[in-house]
Amino acid sequence: MGAGRQHAQPAAQPGSCPGAEPRSKPGAHLGEQPGPQPAAQPGVQPSGRAARRGAGALDVDAFLSAHEHKSMLRFITCGSVDDGKSTLIGRLLYESKLVLDDQLAALEADSRRVGTQGGALDFALLVDGLQAEREQGITIDVAYRFFSTERRTFIVADTPGHEQYTRNMVTGASTADLAVILVDARKGVLTQTRRHSFLVSLVGIRQVVLAVNKLDLVGYDEATFGAIDEEYRALAGALGIPDVRAVPVSALVGDNLTSPSPNTPWYRGPDLMTILEQAPADPGAHDGPFRMPVQWVNRPTHELRGFAGVVTGGTVRPGDRVRVQPSGVESTVARLVTADGDLPAAEAGRSVTVTLVDEVDVSRGDILCSADRPAAVTDQIEAHVVWMAEQPMLPGRRYLLKLGTRTVNATVERPKYRVDVNTLEHVAARGLALNEIGVCNLGLDQPVALDPYTDNRDTGGFILIDRITNATVGAGMVHFGLRRADNVHWQHLEVDADAHAALKGHRPAVVWLTGLSGAGKSTIANALERKLHASGVHTVLLDGDNVRHGLSRDLGFTDADRVENIRRAGEVCKLMAQAGLVVIAAFISPFRDERQMVRDMVSDVAFVEVFVDTPLEVAAGRDPKGLYAKARRGELRNFTGVDSPYEAPESPEVCVDTTVTTADEAADRLVAHLGAILRHG
Amino acid sequence: MLTHLERLESEAVHIMREAVAESANPVMLYSIGKDSSVMLHLARKAFFPGMLPFPLLHVDTTWKFRQMYAFRDEVAAAADVELIVHRNPEAVARGIDPFTHGSALHTTIWKTEGLKQAIDEHGFDLAFGGARRDEEKSRAKERVFSFRSAQHRWDPKQQRPELWRLYNTRKAPGESIRVFPLSNWTELDVWLYIHREQIPIVPLYLAAERPVVERGGTVIMVDDDRMPLEPGEVPEIRRVRFRTLGCYPLTGAVDSEADTVPAIIEEMVASTTSERQGRVIDFDESGSMEKKKQEGYF
Repeated sequence: MGAGRQHAQPAAQPGSCPGAEPRSKPGAHLGEQPGPQPAAQPGVQPSGRAARRGAGALDVDAFLSAHEHKSMLRFITCGSVDDGKSTLIGRLLYESKLVLDDQLAALEADSRRVGTQGGALDFALLVDGLQAEREQGITIDVAYRFFSTERRTFIVADTPGHEQYTRNMVTGASTADLAVILVDARKGVLTQTRRHSFLVSLVGIRQVVLAVNKLDLVGYDEATFGAIDEEYRALAGALGIPDVRAVPVSALVGDNLTSPSPNTPWYRGPDLMTILEQAPADPGAHDGPFRMPVQWVNRPTHELRGFAGVVTGGTVRPGDRVRVQPSGVESTVARLVTADGDLPAAEAGRSVTVTLVDEVDVSRGDILCSADRPAAVTDQIEAHVVWMAEQPMLPGRRYLLKLGTRTVNATVERPKYRVDVNTLEHVAARGLALNEIGVCNLGLDQPVALDPYTDNRDTGGFILIDRITNATVGAGMVHFGLRRADNVHWQHLEVDADAHAALKGHRPAVVWLTGLSGAGKSTIANALERKLHASGVHTVLLDGDNVRHGLSRDLGFTDADRVENIRRAGEVCKLMAQAGLVVIAAFISPFRDERQMVRDMVSDVAFVEVFVDTPLEVAAGRDPKGLYAKARRGELRNFTGVDSPYEAPESPEVCVDTTVTTADEAADRLVAHLGAILRHG
Repeated sequence: MLTHLERLESEAVHIMREAVAESANPVMLYSIGKDSSVMLHLARKAFFPGMLPFPLLHVDTTWKFRQMYAFRDEVAAAADVELIVHRNPEAVARGIDPFTHGSALHTTIWKTEGLKQAIDEHGFDLAFGGARRDEEKSRAKERVFSFRSAQHRWDPKQQRPELWRLYNTRKAPGESIRVFPLSNWTELDVWLYIHREQIPIVPLYLAAERPVVERGGTVIMVDDDRMPLEPGEVPEIRRVRFRTLGCYPLTGAVDSEADTVPAIIEEMVASTTSERQGRVIDFDESGSMEKKKQEGYF
């Protein structure tokens, strides 16, 4: 927005509100500013290191103009608590003269109170934010810091280097243009250095600055620096990081941070700040094809129907041919609307509102793409998944997947392998635990438009959301869309549901009984089938125990296996219902998520969830198979209600309280409930 | 290549569109300050040429500067603005004021409790706020989309990771989200943007002759006759301005000659005192903002 804006204009939008007392129009006085003398060097910005103290000689005009044209670099710092990372960032803030007097006073007081430098200024305290972590002396989350120099403004993501916080580093790195990786000169390239570098490469950062810190503690030894530099370049090469620059520093002393240090005469490269000022900023998808995920359909009048979003790849201009993915409809860009007037072009990073020449159907979640290089459309993807939740990733469970502005259901398959972030080896895995990274296939319940992550971070990166807790549990980077869904087509079935129903004399249905072991599911299911059968209804009974003897004989009772067991049962229900049968399914099915999954699977058939509600102590007292006794003796693991959870249904179609209802009465209620469903579907 | 102000503007617009697209009943917290002015300006840009898709909410304390009320009422008079003003009825009834009850209780009852009441009363599920990560150390880690429990509490240990431009906006019934579109802006960015976009601000930000008294090193403006003067205390006229605006008895002025936005920027670049120093509530102790946030202070 605001591209090409050459001069400030009076705010003339509806609702602009002048102040209450007469005052000068800000900006209008710029040219008339009588006060400050011209700066010695026109265009030099006074916000930077050298300038603050000399700000009396500020040329406001030049300053404003120069500051408006500054670029921004976002970077991440990686290193462990001991590497002096917080000290380095605190030092950069301090050296760029952005630590103000009152902050400095607080820093001095804090340094005396909790500092680790024997009362001397502890720069780490400038950046350690939350009280709890300050007391523990470690950083536990992602914090963002801001500073600026003559050339640019910076946003630093500061993330901890401790092993269990892969999640935070991936989060901080996801928006970074560059990574500063710290190593301790005394220790060199460590396991954690490999880990950080792997994560940096995984997240697609292509520029790394290797800050070899604490050089003062090795006597500023050139050979030590050289050896670390060489070893690191080999690592970066193996990881495919193309751009590496090494700089010898001491964060504590301040060597080579903002000016060349006399302690390292053998080092002829630029200081760290200079490297940061000169690195390419925002090296995103500028060169790639046009992409814009649609956030919002703006339709204020009948004349204007605009699609609002951020351009996340390439450039778009009026007249460009675009394709709307996943629908595949094409049109031509009419206007690029902004509050500052229509734009002649919008490049990656810019928020715009696009109007099209044709009245085509576009909604939030769609991606506008260049017509000749559109994003792929698929419902099967292969991706790197980083797991970010305490609850492990369960293959077969459904999660919400958000990519761009679209949210769909995704089922994660068993990982092809897990990457050991320390050795970079591929390891077999059944699921993913917190901070583990694996390569998985994901099946989506509807097609989405996407790109490989290496081509475009915004249309190739996604998050996974737990459907019950709503927590962000994983992050993914798309390798590619799988063609499988395209090649295995659905076969059209000529004998359809109506034909089956006509022959059977009733509509199909799925009656799903859930409840604890021993709740009485099988007894009620049998009674129900008997009654339906007697009245001429075609039924089939799927009993959890029986299915486990056959279809699911390879599965155990872990959470992951329970999820897969229910998925299989759901697929069978679907096939049986398609054949026109009334399916009676009796499964403990302890998780809400999977019951919902089955309901969604058979969405074109009536689904009756029956909660067989029996208190745990009653079920355990009945204990028809002696299982509770075993579980409580510890002979049976993962037993629902004992050491594995049961999530009761929130709104079942029928709820049966077996402490006051007999199986026969329950079956009668279900027959009555099914009456209308079987007649009309 | 976008300039840093363009990058910040585009990001804020994106955040606002995401928030509105994925919430049922959003609101913008409007504090009358410069950050609110910038937020309102960005909101108009985000939904241009459509109308603002949410109302503004001012949680009033009855102790703001008179010029702030005048400015607010002019903002509210705009055709596209629907302004809701909420005053905690309990605070009204008990006549809570910062002189008798102290700044902590005053802030808790009027602002913290008032905000919770207004959000509950109107059923807002998402509220935009103008907080920035550069304001205070504990804010550096706050997410752009920050979740509050049904009891309005913030738990720094239960924050959702935010990757790329993807914000997870899912919440349970009763929970609400605070959204901070200016998270990545600095105070200097805000002023540069006000200048670039010619955004109207309350005149109190600009230097003028004002009646003040000095108490405990803080320069307080005597804005109305509700302010009890201590024995021997006589207001003096000084040329001052305010770097932040809040309740007048709790907001410190600074001596200044800066009476235009460029002059403020010039003064700020030369300044050696951070913005929140003018706020009395932050002085209590190190880490106090974090405690207030956990209790539901915005």
